[in-house]
Amino acid sequence: MYQEIILDHYKRPNGRGLREPFDVEVHHVNPSCGDEITLRVRLAHHEAGTRVEDISYDGQGCSISQASASVMHDLLVGRSVTEGLEVLDDFTTLMQGRGTVEPDEDVLGDAVAFSGVAKYPARVKCALLSWMAWKDAVSQSVSQGGLSHHD
Amino acid sequence: MTLTASTLDVATLKADFPILSRTVRHGRRLVYLDSGATSQKPRQVLDAERDFYEQHNAAVHRGAHQLAEEATDLYESARDRIAGFVGAHAPELVFTKNATESINLVAYAFSNTTAKADHGATLTPAQERFRLGPGDDVVVTEMEHHSNLVPWQELCAKTGATLRWLGLTDDGRLDLSDLDEVITERTKVVAVVHQSNILGTINPLPRIAERAGQVSALFVLDACQSVPHQPFDVWTTGADIVAWSGHKMLGPTGIGCLWGRPDVLDAMPPFITGGSMIEVVRLEGSTYAPPPTRFEAGVPMTAQAVGLGAAVDYLNVIGMDRVAAHEHYLTGLALDGLSSLPGVRVIGPEDNVDRGGAISFVVDGVHPHDVGQVLDDQGVAVRTGHHCAWPVVRRYGIPATTRATFYLYNDEADIEALVDAVAYAQRFFKVT
Repeated sequence: MYQEIILDHYKRPNGRGLREPFDVEVHHVNPSCGDEITLRVRLAHHEAGTRVEDISYDGQGCSISQASASVMHDLLVGRSVTEGLEVLDDFTTLMQGRGTVEPDEDVLGDAVAFSGVAKYPARVKCALLSWMAWKDAVSQSVSQGGLSHHD
Repeated sequence: MTLTASTLDVATLKADFPILSRTVRHGRRLVYLDSGATSQKPRQVLDAERDFYEQHNAAVHRGAHQLAEEATDLYESARDRIAGFVGAHAPELVFTKNATESINLVAYAFSNTTAKADHGATLTPAQERFRLGPGDDVVVTEMEHHSNLVPWQELCAKTGATLRWLGLTDDGRLDLSDLDEVITERTKVVAVVHQSNILGTINPLPRIAERAGQVSALFVLDACQSVPHQPFDVWTTGADIVAWSGHKMLGPTGIGCLWGRPDVLDAMPPFITGGSMIEVVRLEGSTYAPPPTRFEAGVPMTAQAVGLGAAVDYLNVIGMDRVAAHEHYLTGLALDGLSSLPGVRVIGPEDNVDRGGAISFVVDGVHPHDVGQVLDDQGVAVRTGHHCAWPVVRRYGIPATTRATFYLYNDEADIEALVDAVAYAQRFFKVT
């Protein structure tokens, strides 16, 4: 389960740290284990669609949850929200597939390294924690109409 | 430190537990170190439950036929033996689903009494103590399992009483320095754990019981991790109520116990109502049976009670003093082994004094989940997280721990496997 990619992202997480400006900040916790994440999204609104400008985060948790946040940052920053939600869907399907789902590296990139995690139901929530936080932040931002915050 | 080797013949005992001959993951020997979550069951318990269903199954207290008589006899005989196991008598022992339900039963005795009194019911002097309101205190500790914390939070929210608590020292003990300030004349309930499921700490009951007695507070004891692991007599604890679970003491899931002093139980209103617990029923209203029946509504978990009776028989043959000595020995080995690993820190008492067989630890640079994962891969089953004691991990500034718990079917090889696997986890994550 612990592929090198995962350990690399754990040791050197990309995008870690809370940055400004941001549109929405969320705080998610996994009640069964105490893993937590604070996550901020910054979105840019274009005519063609809304783009993920930045995902910044901080938190504590196991190697799976922290590495997953780093991989998510790499995959989603620079994409449109629509694309991002599609990637999230694919990743969720992979995680909930009990190891039966074949991951598409073109879509998921480094996230395919988490395919082994799907065989360990107790760790699926770890892998999905940051993604669910991002989804929550994005949907809050959409309903707020995209306001910018500065600390 | 000299460790007296255990007198327990674990190899023979293990043969009684079918599941312990399983392999896990990639053909690894199962090293089960999660008895604090639930214990494994000996064949004798499984056979007793199966035998009940195959030969004697009927609804207890209800039938006029032979099967019903046999079922009732087996059920009540189990109650007798289980009560005797903790130094009590059958009428003082209530069967519940588990210890969580037992504690809720007591909390609801307070809120139900309060609700009825607030709507005009007259209370006897004995029942008055179960009425709570603003100005009353409920005292718990920072060490409590959620099941001996959340019900009391709810009770305070429903009645207007105030929740207060004793804190923890840096070395994993209860901080009793302000005992007399926390437990006062306003205190109506003191709810304390006997042996911590996360720290292993065994709390000094006489002192707490004495203080609770001075202010006439009801002393409720969570004995989930003590009844299964040491000789236990309800009358030496000083408690008014003792709760524990069957599944943590080799018994089936789905059965828990509540012991209460007879005068205390007598003053308590029922929790779950319905058939079986009644005295006279009319459409306009009903009266209730005396304890323990008052607290056992519906058809009971009969087969499970019979199974728990068999668990008690099994433990009595071994002798609880030998069980306790064996676990003390294993705990000492584990504390030594873990403390020999650099970067591994025990959370809770580091010395094997007033301490039971639950060891929580953290590994520098490796999250508890990851420790647990690597251990699992080696066949070593532990628990990771906050262990239903979130205030404890918060108190010690950590997100979670890895926890190993021991029981009579663990041996030196299991401890060695634990320590080796932790060292391996450190190498795997390149922190050593």
